[in-house]
Amino acid sequence: MTTLVLGLVLGGTYALLALGLTLQYGIARIMNLAYGEVTLLAAFGLVFLFQTAGLPPLVAIILIAPAGYLTGWLLYTFMMRPLVQRAGGKPGKLEVDSILATFGLLFVLQGIMLVLFGANFTSISYLDQGINVLGVSVALNRLIAFGICLVAGVGLIVLLHWSRWGLILRAVALTPGSAPLVGIDVNKVSRQGFALGTALAAVGGASIAMYQTFSANDGVIFTMKALIIVIMGGVGNVAGALAAGFALGLVETFVATTFDPGLTLAATFAIFLAVLIWRPQGLFGRRS
Amino acid sequence: MIRLAIALLGLVALALVPLFVSEYELGLMIGMATYVALASAWALFSGQTNYISLATVAFYGTGAYTVAVLNESLPYPAVLLCAALIGAGMALLVGLSTLRLSGIYFVIFTFGLAELVRQLITWYEVSITGTLGRYIFLDLTARDIYWQMLALAAVAIGLTAWINRTRLGLALRAIGDDEVVAAHSGIHLARTKLIAFTLSATLITLVGAVASPRWVYVEPLIVFNPTVSFLTVIMALLGGANRLWGPLVGAVPLFLLFEWLSVNFPDTYPIFLGLLFIAVVFVLPNGLLAGLDDLRARFGRRGK
Repeated sequence: MTTLVLGLVLGGTYALLALGLTLQYGIARIMNLAYGEVTLLAAFGLVFLFQTAGLPPLVAIILIAPAGYLTGWLLYTFMMRPLVQRAGGKPGKLEVDSILATFGLLFVLQGIMLVLFGANFTSISYLDQGINVLGVSVALNRLIAFGICLVAGVGLIVLLHWSRWGLILRAVALTPGSAPLVGIDVNKVSRQGFALGTALAAVGGASIAMYQTFSANDGVIFTMKALIIVIMGGVGNVAGALAAGFALGLVETFVATTFDPGLTLAATFAIFLAVLIWRPQGLFGRRS
Repeated sequence: MIRLAIALLGLVALALVPLFVSEYELGLMIGMATYVALASAWALFSGQTNYISLATVAFYGTGAYTVAVLNESLPYPAVLLCAALIGAGMALLVGLSTLRLSGIYFVIFTFGLAELVRQLITWYEVSITGTLGRYIFLDLTARDIYWQMLALAAVAIGLTAWINRTRLGLALRAIGDDEVVAAHSGIHLARTKLIAFTLSATLITLVGAVASPRWVYVEPLIVFNPTVSFLTVIMALLGGANRLWGPLVGAVPLFLLFEWLSVNFPDTYPIFLGLLFIAVVFVLPNGLLAGLDDLRARFGRRGK
C-alpha cells in the first residue's frame, strides 16, 4: 500500500515531465536532450526563490511556469528554428541536428548550474509533515506536488481535446505537411508547442524541488525517464504518457523499496528494453 | 599507394616521438592519440550511418573498469581480450534491441547507457563486494601506453579505410543516405548496422582498457565521465564524421583546446565546450574538411 501511494505520487511528476517532452517531440519535432537540464534549472530556481527571496514555493511555481514558457519560446526562436529551416522538411536531418544541438545545450546548461549552484545535493524543507492517505503517511509537500501535476496534466488534456488551440496543436502533430493547407502557421504552432513543453518541464522541476533532493548532475536521468515514458505511452499520445508515467513511478518505488534504491535506473531501462522488444510503437500506440 | 605510404611514414614518425619529448609532452601525446582513436572509432559507425551514439563513455569506462577488476588475476593481453569481448557483448545487446527500430530509439538508449552501467557497477561494488574504487598496478610505462594507443588509433583509421572500400562500407553509406532505398536495394539493414556498431564499440572499449593504467586508482565516477562522450562526438563532427581523416583533424586541435580550457577555466570549461559544440552544429554541419572543399570550390570558380 505504501508502495502504491508513494509510487503514484512519484508517477505524477514523471507523467508531467513526459507530457512536456511529448509536446516538444510530437508538435515541434525537436528531440530535446537538454530537457532534464531545463527541469533542474526550474528546480534550482524554486530553491533560490524560496531561500533568498522567501517566496513560498506555491507562489514561486506561478512565476516559474511563465518563465519556462518564455525560455522555451526563446530557445525555439533562436536555436531550433534555424535548424528546422535548414532541414527543409526532411525529418531525419532535423532529428540528427536537434539531437546534436540539444546535446550541446545540455552541457552549457549543466555547466552554468555547476558554476552557480555547485555539484552538491540540494533540497528544501517545506511542509514536510505527514498526512494520512489511505493508511499511509505521505508528506504534505509530496501531495501538493502531486496535486500540481494532476492539475497541469488534466488541464493540458482538456485544452488539447476541447479547445480550438488544442485542435490546431493536434493537427500539426499529426501532419505538419498538410496543416498549412487549412491556414495553420506551422512555425508559430511549433514554437508554442515547444514553449508549452518547456513550461511543463519547469513546473515538473519545481514540484520535484518541493519534495526531493537533487543535484546539477541529475539532468540526464530526468531526460531519460521522460523519454522512456514517452516511448512507453506512444509518441504524441498524452493519455498514454500519463498512464506510463504512473506505471514507471510505481515500478520504481517498488524496486527502491524491495530491492535497492541504486537499481531504479536499471528498472527503468529494463522496462524500456521490454517495450522496445514487444511493443516499439508504445503500450498504447497504434502500429504504423 | 602514395597516400598509404605517407600515412605509414606519419605513423612511424609519431611512434618515434617519445624518444625526444618530456614526460609532460608525452602525456599530451597519449591524450591526443586516445581521442583520435575514440573519435575515429565513433565515426566508423555513427559518421557513416547518421546513427548518433552518445554512449562512447559507457564502452570506454567498461574497458577501463575491466582492467581494474582483472589486472591482478590475468596477464595483460588476456585482460585486453576480456575487455574487447565484454565491449562487443554489450554492443551486441544494445544493437540487437535498438538497431532494428528507427534511429531515435538507438540515440535514446545510448544517451542513458553510461549512467546505467555506472549505477549498476556502483550498486554491485557497494552492496556485493563492499568496495568502491580499485587500483591498477601494471608494469607499463607511459611510452608503452602511448605506443599501444597509437596502434589502436591506426587500427581505427585503417579499419575505416578498409571498410570504406568493401561492400559493408557501401551499405553503411547507403543507410546513412536513405534507409528505405538501402532496404530496397537488398541491404540487410539490421545486420549491417550491428556489425559496424559492434566493431566501433569494441575499439572504444579497448581504448578505455589501454588508457586505464594512467589513472592507477579507478572508480565509476572517474571512468564514466560524460565529457568523454561529448568530446568524442564534437571532435568527429568538427573534422567531418563521414571523412576518413575527419575525426583526426577534429581531435587534435580540440584536445589541445580542452587541455588549455580545463587548466585555465576549471569551473566554466563545460560551458565553453557546450557553446563550441552548438557553434559546430550550426556553422560546420558537415565538418571542417567539407568546409574546406566548399571554399576551394568557390575560389576555383572565381579564378576562372
